[in-house]
Amino acid sequence: MQDNVNDAPANAHAPGVDIIAQNVVKIFGEGAGQVRALDDVSVTIHENEFFTLLGPSGCGKTTLLRLIAGFDHPTSGTIRLEGQDISHLPPYKRPVNTVFQNYALFPHMTVAQNIGFGLEMLGRSNSDVADVVDKMLALVRMGELRDRRTDQISGGQQQRVALARALAPRPKVLLLDEPLSALDYKLRKDMQIELKRLQHETGITFIFVTHDQEEALTMSDRIAVMSRGQILQIGSPRQIYDHPAERFVADFIGDTNFLIADVTSSAGGKARLLLSSGREVNADLPEGMTPSGRVTAVVRPEHATLVTPGEGELDGMLENVVYLGTDTHYHLKLSDNAPFVVRSQNQRNEDEVFAVGETVGIALESDSLQVLRD
Amino acid sequence: MNILSMKPKTFSLRYQPGFTIIALACFFMLYAPIVTLVIYSFNAGKYISIWEGFSLQWYVSAWNNEIVQDATIRSLVLALQASLYSTVLATMAALGTTRIRPFRGLTAIYAMINQPLMVPEIVTAVALLILFAMIKVATGVQGLFYLVAAHTAFCIPFAYLPIRARLEGMDLTLETAAADLYATPWMTFRRVTLPLMWPGIIAGAMLAFVISLDDIVITEFVKSAGQETLPTYMLGQLRRIITPEINAISTVLLAISLLVVSFFFVVSHKRD
Repeated sequence: MQDNVNDAPANAHAPGVDIIAQNVVKIFGEGAGQVRALDDVSVTIHENEFFTLLGPSGCGKTTLLRLIAGFDHPTSGTIRLEGQDISHLPPYKRPVNTVFQNYALFPHMTVAQNIGFGLEMLGRSNSDVADVVDKMLALVRMGELRDRRTDQISGGQQQRVALARALAPRPKVLLLDEPLSALDYKLRKDMQIELKRLQHETGITFIFVTHDQEEALTMSDRIAVMSRGQILQIGSPRQIYDHPAERFVADFIGDTNFLIADVTSSAGGKARLLLSSGREVNADLPEGMTPSGRVTAVVRPEHATLVTPGEGELDGMLENVVYLGTDTHYHLKLSDNAPFVVRSQNQRNEDEVFAVGETVGIALESDSLQVLRD
Repeated sequence: MNILSMKPKTFSLRYQPGFTIIALACFFMLYAPIVTLVIYSFNAGKYISIWEGFSLQWYVSAWNNEIVQDATIRSLVLALQASLYSTVLATMAALGTTRIRPFRGLTAIYAMINQPLMVPEIVTAVALLILFAMIKVATGVQGLFYLVAAHTAFCIPFAYLPIRARLEGMDLTLETAAADLYATPWMTFRRVTLPLMWPGIIAGAMLAFVISLDDIVITEFVKSAGQETLPTYMLGQLRRIITPEINAISTVLLAISLLVVSFFFVVSHKRD
């Protein structure tokens, strides 16, 4: 469904490079109590890109965002914006604005005053400020509420004001720190589409921080998956989902089956794997990897189907069947005792063919296996 | 209506035996003396405990009493200066103690700022008397300055506590957001921090003003001859025959305090 968005080249609109983080290290605290929040992070974020930093809490994604905003400064390494080293500029000297997780709207100002604040600080004339504020109010569809105080509007409306306030000065980069986490499910879905629209209409680079993999897959041009202060993999949602290079990435995004296999041959980014069942399959290799010996490969549950025993690449014992409306999940145990899940889309008037306790075959789609780096 | 039918089954302090009586007794103890004071300020007679009819004569008498006029002006000038200076200092102290990374020894600094609340006032009074005497001998400088300095010092914690409470309740990301939106540190302070801490500052200033207006122990020790404030004048009157003039002055002081407090409520409710 999102393919048209996700498959668009990341820097289709402009060739310019916006943000380059180079070997960034951030250490909090001193001595024994010190924490390495960012451990040698390098990333290039292109102009006009919807870039997502994805990872569990404590992975360093918010720290990286704060370094780009200027609220903190790197212990070592540099952050460049359009070639200029901004690592040690204060936040008020950076053409970068932030949408905060709790919105941080000024409670003593009206909606319009909040939105105009950045422009006013930049020394724009009153009529200029009023113009832009009107445009921004229209952009986020908040025109009628311009003179309300920020505590008199709903959470979703506060979210829009926070967006308008950060977009009003036309920053080169907009940073969004889990801005949707406080909204309920329905509103979150609406705001995801709204954010994509705003990014498209304004042409501003968005750097979005989230721990929600679904949100990341839906909205991003590219995703950087982070864990323990490091970026594990950068790629389009499709690359991240279909070709995870690390165990953490495969496990964090979507459901995955892990298979232990022996490499019989590898060349040109492809490998031949001998599975525990004794059959051989093709698998993709992570970039620059030519393994031999034992490896872990992953296959998504939707890329496997149940067949009669012996006809598939794997055999297993059916342990549990979970009916989920659109899908059915078959939980199996392989001959080497590893768990395996097969997801199949339901048809109407379908008879239950496989019974719990039965031995069944598992057919893997061709080219559905991906070898992990570890 | 049957009262018993309204009685809730769960525990409620309101329905404990004797609750009403105790509450009423407390209110009586609190307000009976003040009500008596106010009533007798309108006494036509010249004794503070024998009612001889209604009259405003003691208000007129206090108003026309040059010593009272002099003391009132001194009290107001002193309280205004002391509350102004102490509030400025307390604001700086509150910013300094809430806008830094907590460190070992911060508690000690709180204690030092709040020292006047903990050291017996009489000790401070004696200490100031001795110190100021030495300075006066050494420099020959006289004047209201000494009282202003003393009052400013003991007013600081009263101004500091509400301001710090306000700052601690403030969301720090608001200041981060202002910086993110191109506000320099000074503009962040002027446009975000200061407007949001105003209710605390006003509360602190008013508290300091009332505390200064009311002080007697330190003032009595520090003041030079002829530097009567209203409280020290009233204390002085006790050594002679007391007339309802004292009641009249007290009633006016009470009215001023009530005005200050109500003004603060109006201001702080508008701000929030």
